[in-house]
Amino acid sequence: MSVMTEVTIFVLAIFVGFEVISKVPTTLHTPLMSQTNAIHGIVMLGGLIVLGYADDGLEYVIGTIAVAFGAINIVGGFMVTDRMLAMFAKKPKPKADADGKGGAGK
Amino acid sequence: MTPLAVLEPGGSAATALYIVSFVLFILGLKQGTHPTTAKRGNMIAAVGMAVAVVTTLLLDGMGNWGLIIIGLAAGSAIGAYASIKVKMTEMPQMVALYNGVGGGAVALIAWSEIRHGISFGEMPLEDLIPTLFAAIVGSVSFWGSNIAFAKLQEVIPTRPMAVPGQQFINAILGVGVIVVAIIIAINNEPPSQALFILILIAAAILGNLVVLPIGGADMPVVISLLNAFTGLSAAAAGFALQNVALIVAGTLVGSSGTILTMEMATAMNRSVSNILFSGFGGAPAAAAGSGEQRPVTSIGAQDAAIKLAYADTVVIVPGYGLAVAQAQHAVKEMANQLEKRGVTVNYAIHPVAGRMPGHMNVLLAEADVPYEQLKEMEEINPEMSRTDVAVVIGANDVTNPAAKNDPNSPIAGMPIIEVSEAGEVIVIKRSLSTGFAGIDNDLFYEPNTSMLFADAKAAATEIAAEIENL
Repeated sequence: MSVMTEVTIFVLAIFVGFEVISKVPTTLHTPLMSQTNAIHGIVMLGGLIVLGYADDGLEYVIGTIAVAFGAINIVGGFMVTDRMLAMFAKKPKPKADADGKGGAGK
Repeated sequence: MTPLAVLEPGGSAATALYIVSFVLFILGLKQGTHPTTAKRGNMIAAVGMAVAVVTTLLLDGMGNWGLIIIGLAAGSAIGAYASIKVKMTEMPQMVALYNGVGGGAVALIAWSEIRHGISFGEMPLEDLIPTLFAAIVGSVSFWGSNIAFAKLQEVIPTRPMAVPGQQFINAILGVGVIVVAIIIAINNEPPSQALFILILIAAAILGNLVVLPIGGADMPVVISLLNAFTGLSAAAAGFALQNVALIVAGTLVGSSGTILTMEMATAMNRSVSNILFSGFGGAPAAAAGSGEQRPVTSIGAQDAAIKLAYADTVVIVPGYGLAVAQAQHAVKEMANQLEKRGVTVNYAIHPVAGRMPGHMNVLLAEADVPYEQLKEMEEINPEMSRTDVAVVIGANDVTNPAAKNDPNSPIAGMPIIEVSEAGEVIVIKRSLSTGFAGIDNDLFYEPNTSMLFADAKAAATEIAAEIENL
């Protein structure tokens, strides 16, 4: 991939990013941040590549830490975002729903 | 030992799968524009990540599986544990920490890339420049985020801390880092590891020094900015590794952090550089309380309950004090009692309420407040004149009419929640002490304002009980 191809992708991604993210309402900014933390965990790919091809002691250490850091981002980021969004997705009247289901069962 | 290897590194198959993964990231973020679809969007993005990770694990020639498994297991365990245990009030710290480890990972990867360059005898500039950039930004974000975390967790004082001549030292460090990076780039056959480590260390000191002088109230901006930095560093690592998934994902994160940084700065009516270099948040301003005692109206929980119960519309204005007092559930209970009596309750959320963008919304969502009732500042301000009672809980500067009326105020021009437009205002606060801006709040002395001096949680609980007994 040539440098200019990479720059093209980069510039287009800036526009996509601004377009998509600017539509996220203020209410969801905290989950947005933790979700982008998770997406940032993509750097774990770099860590995996470093570690997967490493052949000396220092590289083993650097690679393992980088992979662990990336995994913290990915797993922690997606999980905590899910936890937060579950609070927003909750139905306003959970009791009524439960009653409805109970009634249908009978 | 490469039983899994099937994909050629940099080949069409691997790249195609990376494209699939970043498409899923974009689709996931698009779903994040509405509370009801955001959860699914998060899942879609997570699937994208799984595709990217599996693709990388399948690359031809990958080895050291033992260490890969150790790294994955350790990181996943820490991440999972933290995400389950973290309290919603602690989300700013958590995001700061995630920014930090993300930046740290990038700096480490950059170091390893430099070592590869050295072993090849030289490193082409198109790889070296993004690697140096990733190292610098990654190191600054790692150390800056750790300081932000320590301040938010109150391991170190949240007030601004500055050493004499700090700006000068920062400038020297900043310029020094760039000069050394240029020296490495010029003598790239091979690049010098010693100079590279020098850059990492200088950037680390810079990260510490830039965040240390920033006060607690400016944390939303700092966290957003560090978020943008980590994103950019990931994109730079993508250039160095020639990996489209990293370039696109990093850029998305960078865009998000940049947008949030700009929104936060606008909400405080200050420029980003002013926030970073003035150490304003938490500094006592000279203008604080010029000695004159102005009269205030003080009421008890019972009076407040009566005012609220006989209103038609109530707007609750929560601030960071609500989060500190863990009062979100008590406030929701108070709102429940009001709603039982047919009172319409809404919440007015200032963009910088809390310690990070959208923090207050999450705290209220945790207390089961339906998101329809969470109103943004622009949405609620026109409604204020039609509101019977506004209840300010743990918020201060964001309600100060001086921002609108007094051009000489330190917060002049800052957009505020216009509570003084409401029929009556009840301010629940421990004392008349100043907010983060260190200035007196004119709101407290207005004729239609009543002060309820109490802890936010205790007061809300008491008012809820009083309303029930009416």
